[in-house]
Amino acid sequence: MAQTQVEKKMSTKKSNQVLHKKNKTRPQEKSLPLPKELLRSIYSLMLKTRILEERLIKIYKAGEAFFWIGGPGEEAWGVPLGLLCHKGQGPEYDFFHLHYRATPTLVAMGMPMIDAVRLMMNRSTDPCTGGRNFSGHYCYPQWNITPITSPIGIQYSLSIGTARVQKRHNSKGITIVSGGDAGTAEGDFATCLIWASRPKQELPILITVQNNRWGISTSYSTQHGEIHIADRGKAFNIPTHVINGNDPIETYIKLKEIMTYIREKGRPVLVEAMVSRLYGHSSASGTNFIPEEDSLQLFEQKLLKQGVLKEMEITEWKEKFELEGRQAQEQVRQEPAPQESDVWNHIYANNENGDWRNF
Amino acid sequence: MANMAQAIRMALHYGETHLGVKDIFGEDVGEPMGGVFTATQGLKTSWNTPLDERGIIGMAIGIGLAGERCVAEIQFCDYIFNTIDLLKVAGNTLWSSNGQYPLSIVVMTPVGAGIHGSLYHSHSLDGWATRLPGWKVVMPSTPLDAYGLMLSAIEDPNPVLFLKSKALMRVRGAELIPGEPSDEKKLKSMIDAPIGDRSQWKPQWPQLEKFMIPIGQGKVLCEGNQITVVTYGRHALLAHKVAEDLLKNNRLSIEVIDLRSLYPYDWALIKKSIQKTGRVLFLNEDTEVTNFGEHLAYRATQELFYELLARPRVLAGKQLPGIGLHPNLEEASVPSAKDIQKILLEIAEEVP
Repeated sequence: MAQTQVEKKMSTKKSNQVLHKKNKTRPQEKSLPLPKELLRSIYSLMLKTRILEERLIKIYKAGEAFFWIGGPGEEAWGVPLGLLCHKGQGPEYDFFHLHYRATPTLVAMGMPMIDAVRLMMNRSTDPCTGGRNFSGHYCYPQWNITPITSPIGIQYSLSIGTARVQKRHNSKGITIVSGGDAGTAEGDFATCLIWASRPKQELPILITVQNNRWGISTSYSTQHGEIHIADRGKAFNIPTHVINGNDPIETYIKLKEIMTYIREKGRPVLVEAMVSRLYGHSSASGTNFIPEEDSLQLFEQKLLKQGVLKEMEITEWKEKFELEGRQAQEQVRQEPAPQESDVWNHIYANNENGDWRNF
Repeated sequence: MANMAQAIRMALHYGETHLGVKDIFGEDVGEPMGGVFTATQGLKTSWNTPLDERGIIGMAIGIGLAGERCVAEIQFCDYIFNTIDLLKVAGNTLWSSNGQYPLSIVVMTPVGAGIHGSLYHSHSLDGWATRLPGWKVVMPSTPLDAYGLMLSAIEDPNPVLFLKSKALMRVRGAELIPGEPSDEKKLKSMIDAPIGDRSQWKPQWPQLEKFMIPIGQGKVLCEGNQITVVTYGRHALLAHKVAEDLLKNNRLSIEVIDLRSLYPYDWALIKKSIQKTGRVLFLNEDTEVTNFGEHLAYRATQELFYELLARPRVLAGKQLPGIGLHPNLEEASVPSAKDIQKILLEIAEEVP
């Protein structure tokens, strides 16, 4: 399988390092499943995401924001996805129809922390929504991140449209849609399976479900008769995978293989990633830490044991990301709020009048 | 003269050949049928979808998000209601993205009663449609207007709902579409698919020209100075006929405005007319409670109160859960020519 851009960058770094420290290379590095620098990068992005999400929760708890919703616990899934995508604008690149637990993917793609804080604190500087929407509702047209919305599951219905355009362009760009396990009960999930698998008109969509076994307070076990959500793809002849979304190495390797398949074949794949939900659903469920399997801790222990990371580096990175988050919050406090007149902005393109009083 | 179905078909052909439309889709929209009203016959970019309205609207939004133009159809507006939240999303995408994601998409759907369509082929959508901020809404009453409004809808950088009065789909207008042959039999032989096997059939499109009717521009169907009627769709034609009869039989001079666009709407035209007549009727066939006409009547009352000679009236469909099939039931449910005449006479007789 071809190397991704990230891996090429990493392997160049690695080979330089190996060149300089040839004699010091530990024997276990040779058996690492992914390049060392890539592993370090994945860890660093997972850590950065976690610290960012915890910063957002602190902002909420301090009364500086109305609502928090996000994805702590999904870092091992979302970071590899963000690293593996073809990032850019237009049908030649990957389109994203994400849900509101996508911070890991956005951080991996290069979103600065301060953008998430601006969105959280509804400032007019918020590049995604101009202070209109909740945290986690990202929108970056320059990266084909289509607006994340609150209605559960509708992104599955929207994804078929961008995928059709990519198919028409014979592009190597694919469409990526994500949602939670509870949201697959919406008809939109079935819409996506049906429209993506029409005979001779299959669509290049990576259909994903992050299964954390909860829909707010309702347990998966009380609502789902199917063993795996992914099994629903089988009825449509869609290849399916159930992966451990708490393992970033497994996720990276599987996603890379699957995304390459979709790019080459122009056909859909359904992936169900088993993940944790570490701070509950949102503000609505208290935002307190819930002891589930923590992908960040597990990965950290693994990399320490393998000598890929040092304790001191972790401490340094944590301090660096904490500082970035704190400074972002301090700066955003000073940034302007949206004005009353802004409600009339962008109802129609080119700010054409949307107020009937002015017709 | 083209009928409205042919006019829409020609507009869509112009759209796919000149305005960048890449997809025209919906249930039975592609071959072999070309739409239940034949409005999409012979188009090169038309295709059939699964029977899934949410998928149809989702597909349209997705295509728009990818920056391309499309026209989607919901076969009857009676079946659009399970997509209302998606229509809301389409309407708020530009706003919620802080101006970053315009959606240049068109959704067309047949509306209204008048064809013995019973409960689920008779719904109106104008009231619902005007409660979708971010959308523009048009509703033509003649083939030429349908052509010009469809071209404008396609070119508009915003989502546009194109409401087609199903009772008007076979009605011909008095004006030729630019490029349309004057002989309607010739037009039929060129662009109507034959009955039976169509597998070898290809349309011969006339050399159509660009003709745009700006969204937001109404028109006066007949001038008058005693009462203003503001309406649209099939009731524009009905009101026009009633106005002609009342002029002839009762010497009542009625001005009928065909709004053509519901949002944005042509308030300047309405205002000017009411200032002239002092009396106004807002007429449509959607159900009467929280009816679009009520908004217009409210505005007329607020802004023109001291210029009015009579209470502004709304005549609309009765607040019923459906339209019954028997003609007695259907005619009792939506405004008829008789109802329009009766209320206009009442308005004329009102003493301030």
